Amino acid sequence: MRGDTLKSYRFREEREADWRKLDLILTRAENSGVNALSDEDMTALPRLYRQAVSSLSVARSISLDQNVITYLESLCTRAYFFVYGARTTLGERIMDFLRRGWPQAVSGAVGPTLLAFLFFFGGIALAFFLCMQDMDWFWTFHNESLFDGRNPDATVEYLRSTIYTDPNDHGQSDLAAFSGFLFNNNARVSLFAFALGFAFGLPTAWLLLYNGVTIGSLYAVFWQKGLGFEFTGWLMIHGVTELFAITLAGAAGFVIGGAVAFPGRMTRMDSARAAGQKAATIAMGCVIMLVIAALLEGFGRQLINSDVARYTIAGVSLFLWCAYFYLPRAGRDT
Amino acid sequence: MTNTAVPPGRPGISMEAAQRRRARMAEQMRVGKMTRTLVTPEGAEIKLKLASVAERAGAFAIDVAIQWAIVIGVLLGMIFTMGAMGMEQANFAFAFWMVFYFFVRNFYYIFFEIGRKAATPGKRALGLRVATRDGGRLTADAVLARNFMREVELGLPLQFVFMGLGGDQVGGWMALFGLCWSCVFLFFPVFNRDKMRVGDLLAGTWVIKSPKAQLMSDITSAIMTPEQGARFAFTPAQADAYGIHELHVLEDVLRQSTPEIKQQVAGRIRDKIGWARTAGETDLAFLEAYYAALRKRLEQRMLLGERKTDKFDMGR
Repeated sequence: MRGDTLKSYRFREEREADWRKLDLILTRAENSGVNALSDEDMTALPRLYRQAVSSLSVARSISLDQNVITYLESLCTRAYFFVYGARTTLGERIMDFLRRGWPQAVSGAVGPTLLAFLFFFGGIALAFFLCMQDMDWFWTFHNESLFDGRNPDATVEYLRSTIYTDPNDHGQSDLAAFSGFLFNNNARVSLFAFALGFAFGLPTAWLLLYNGVTIGSLYAVFWQKGLGFEFTGWLMIHGVTELFAITLAGAAGFVIGGAVAFPGRMTRMDSARAAGQKAATIAMGCVIMLVIAALLEGFGRQLINSDVARYTIAGVSLFLWCAYFYLPRAGRDT
Repeated sequence: MTNTAVPPGRPGISMEAAQRRRARMAEQMRVGKMTRTLVTPEGAEIKLKLASVAERAGAFAIDVAIQWAIVIGVLLGMIFTMGAMGMEQANFAFAFWMVFYFFVRNFYYIFFEIGRKAATPGKRALGLRVATRDGGRLTADAVLARNFMREVELGLPLQFVFMGLGGDQVGGWMALFGLCWSCVFLFFPVFNRDKMRVGDLLAGTWVIKSPKAQLMSDITSAIMTPEQGARFAFTPAQADAYGIHELHVLEDVLRQSTPEIKQQVAGRIRDKIGWARTAGETDLAFLEAYYAALRKRLEQRMLLGERKTDKFDMGR
């Protein structure tokens, strides 16, 4: 009965060398990257991959050797992800994000950006006008004394001193530290605004309003003391970047919320997925903007005490961001 | 095998055997539920196994441990340097550390999942990786989306816990309500078929197992010598005694188990097929020879379209 060998054994014998070769190439690529592969390996790869895949189909129907089938399953999975996976390096991905992905995602979400702008600046305006009518509103919004005593009871001199830095003051590192805390807070708020968009965008709207109210009430305090112009300069040197970032984070949340609430012809899940990836790109950009804002705040604001220079920087940064996001550019075809 | 309690209609199956068979089928169903089929552009099917919630949690625990090791290591380093340089910059250093912690918390995952292996060290340790649900390439957008959501999935419940600890009574109730709401996000993976986090759902990804299997030598290659073949000549009836399930169990026994277990198994097979032990016959040689004969028989039948799933399978 033992004259001829097993079919599955012969099948394996004929192909085993190729499987092992593919395994070796994949191991090398996984450990040290595509660049570690020789040209010979690269040309052999598609053939070896196709062969392994067809070996798997055949093995499933003729072989009962568990080990062979498990091995081929794992080999084919690894090969599939390598052959059809992304082979760009991290650097290329970052460049692509900066050159194309980010501005495209932002300029593709003008509607949600306007909506986020309305909620955020609506919150600011609401709190501002309420506080201007009756300063008691300030204490409704903030029941504890936040902001280092910047409240309606503070004197004009004190408020003025918070806007400009005394060159002889040694508390500069504290201010830099404050910008670090603020970054942390803003970055979390941004990611929350993005991620909570999932719940139809309602928590996002609330977050935007709430943060707007905080800024608006503080604004009213300074405005009432006749420091509106100076405070605007103090706020806007980094605020243009920061508020823009938070608005965009809100827009990212609304992109997702809109896709979940109104999926259109797609299934809700597909719609959420398509929107989620676009929104995540915007959210990533927000983190970058917030880093820049923190640098402007931590260093720029302490070093630059002239109102004109502060307004110039604010104006220039607004122009640059808008140009970066919204100016049509060549080679935008994907 | 005792044949005392024979259910009507299936002669030869004892109650116990039927029960075990059912248990095995249930196990197969369970495994099948965690398996997804990916059809490659070549038209071949690849079976992907989803990572279980426990594996995901384990990988996450490892990742968190690594992150904390980095973050605490940096903190200790900073304290040490400050001890040497004076404490004046303490506030600034702490703020820097907070920012650093934010970046580690979020970009740790992004950095590793964008990389070649599409897996963080924790996932790699457990043989997992991230893949897109439609089998396409894993884009940077998808990795960003699935990881930025983590800040809400985990951060929100924690936020509410802290809010509840520090607040008054009304705040406490608010926090409890918020905690329940945010736990929907936290426990989302437990309640869906594909074991997706909210981040996975939004990014169009899932986490699959990608173990690296080793190709071992074929057991039948040991028996391919003519003198061995002449020694173990099984009759067709003897080779028909078992089915595919038993063949696979025998393969596991041969590859993994101890000599004592091999001896027991060899004894039971000899009893079942009525094989008289010849002089100088080792258990290992017998098992390998029987494995080869059984596999040959079963593979032949499989080519003719009959899969004898186990020893109780009498065919149509």
